[in-house]
Amino acid sequence: MVESEIIGKLNNILAQEFEVEVSAIKPEGNIKDTLMLNSLDAVDMIAVIEYEFGIKIPSAEYAKMKIFSQLYDYLITHLN
Amino acid sequence: MEKRVVITGMGIYSCIGKNLAEVQDSLYNGKSGIVFDQARKDMGFRSALTAYLEKPDLKKALSRNQRVYMPEQAFYAYVATDEALKNAKIDQDYLDKNVVGLLYGNDSSADPVVKAVDTMREKKDTTLVGSGAIFQSMNSTVTMNLSCIYKLRGINLTISGACASGSHAIGLGALLIRNGLQDMVVCGGAQEVNPFSIGSFDGISAFSVRENEPTKASRPFDRDRDGLVPSGGAATVIIEEYEHAVKRGAPIIAEILSYGFSSNGDHISSPNVAGPTASLEMAIKLAGINIDEIGYINAHATSTPVGDAQEAKAIYNVFGDRKIEVTSTKSQTGHEMWMAGASEVIYSTIMMKNNFIAANLNFENPDEDSAKLLIPDKRIEKKFDTFLSNSFGFGGTNATLIVRNM
Repeated sequence: MVESEIIGKLNNILAQEFEVEVSAIKPEGNIKDTLMLNSLDAVDMIAVIEYEFGIKIPSAEYAKMKIFSQLYDYLITHLN
Repeated sequence: MEKRVVITGMGIYSCIGKNLAEVQDSLYNGKSGIVFDQARKDMGFRSALTAYLEKPDLKKALSRNQRVYMPEQAFYAYVATDEALKNAKIDQDYLDKNVVGLLYGNDSSADPVVKAVDTMREKKDTTLVGSGAIFQSMNSTVTMNLSCIYKLRGINLTISGACASGSHAIGLGALLIRNGLQDMVVCGGAQEVNPFSIGSFDGISAFSVRENEPTKASRPFDRDRDGLVPSGGAATVIIEEYEHAVKRGAPIIAEILSYGFSSNGDHISSPNVAGPTASLEMAIKLAGINIDEIGYINAHATSTPVGDAQEAKAIYNVFGDRKIEVTSTKSQTGHEMWMAGASEVIYSTIMMKNNFIAANLNFENPDEDSAKLLIPDKRIEKKFDTFLSNSFGFGGTNATLIVRNM
């Protein structure tokens, strides 16, 4: 899967899961603020990515990610 | 001195209507909410009869972060509570400035439990269950969700009393108000409507198998009844201390005169006569009224052979040959279980406020017990100002409420 496909697919599933416009998700955007995540939503973020991409992001790794580009980088690295 | 307890708001989401107006119309016109559900048959159910309800779309009303913790019965409860609060003239500003309690009947949340267990077994990864599963799965799911949505700060408790849960919730809320511990309590009952929640109930042959005539399957007190029909939804009543209601100019609908209760101390599923009789007698004694003032009895009668007969005996024990109309609204709704005690207070109040008694549908032939009662098989126009409502549940839990018009 090429990088643009990964990013596009991820943006779409996050927009659907967390009910925001896809256009609101930008590489430099803050994940928590953009998706309006509370402390429990990290579980749903990890779960939806695992369902869609077959990759489980360890919670310690996820905790380090602040902006979407970090999430993109993680997926691109581990999918390819 | 004990305080008086009044109902100042009601709201409902049921198989015979998504609000009070629709329910009133259905009660008046004898509409049944029962259907045949092929999906249940395909799952191996003995009876595919059920109430039919759409899950409300709450995307505009509640955020994703609120909805994710709510199972279907909490959706129903939110809709019912929203209507009840509006009718009671309570807005969020009032809830923010005053201590309001919440007591709601609920005794299962099977669907999210089954789905979570399926996921854990298949994926062997608990994260995939998601953040909402735990909150959806607990028996207290309705009260935990409603209390957070409305930011309630009074008593916050789920009442699990089987098929009397909703009635006990109202009764216990009334006790709190009567004793000065709360000025206002949001009370009610909710019941999920999905195959997983009642599959085991189907397994003990509790349901009617009159599948070729769904609307005739729930036939309380009729000689040829063959079991109950599962149903659900949610019903909310706002109960309030009388002077408090007067002071804030609330619409005062009715007064809760008393709450009777008892336990059979007997078999887990087969009801007896002594337990319900004790509940009825307690309610009548505490109401401080002449028994002849009661103009209508809303029976628990679920359309099971034994249950209806035992209740008929208990009612006859207490009321004797007095000819007071007795009906079971379950003939229209099926058995709303955890919700039933609350919904039936609302059904009865609607009838009381509008001077009619809905037909006990499908009451074609009495048996030897129901023959002693006055059970109208057609709607009657009648003014009455006091009713008694029974709710009984597995384990022999009994509740009786007496309500007077205001």
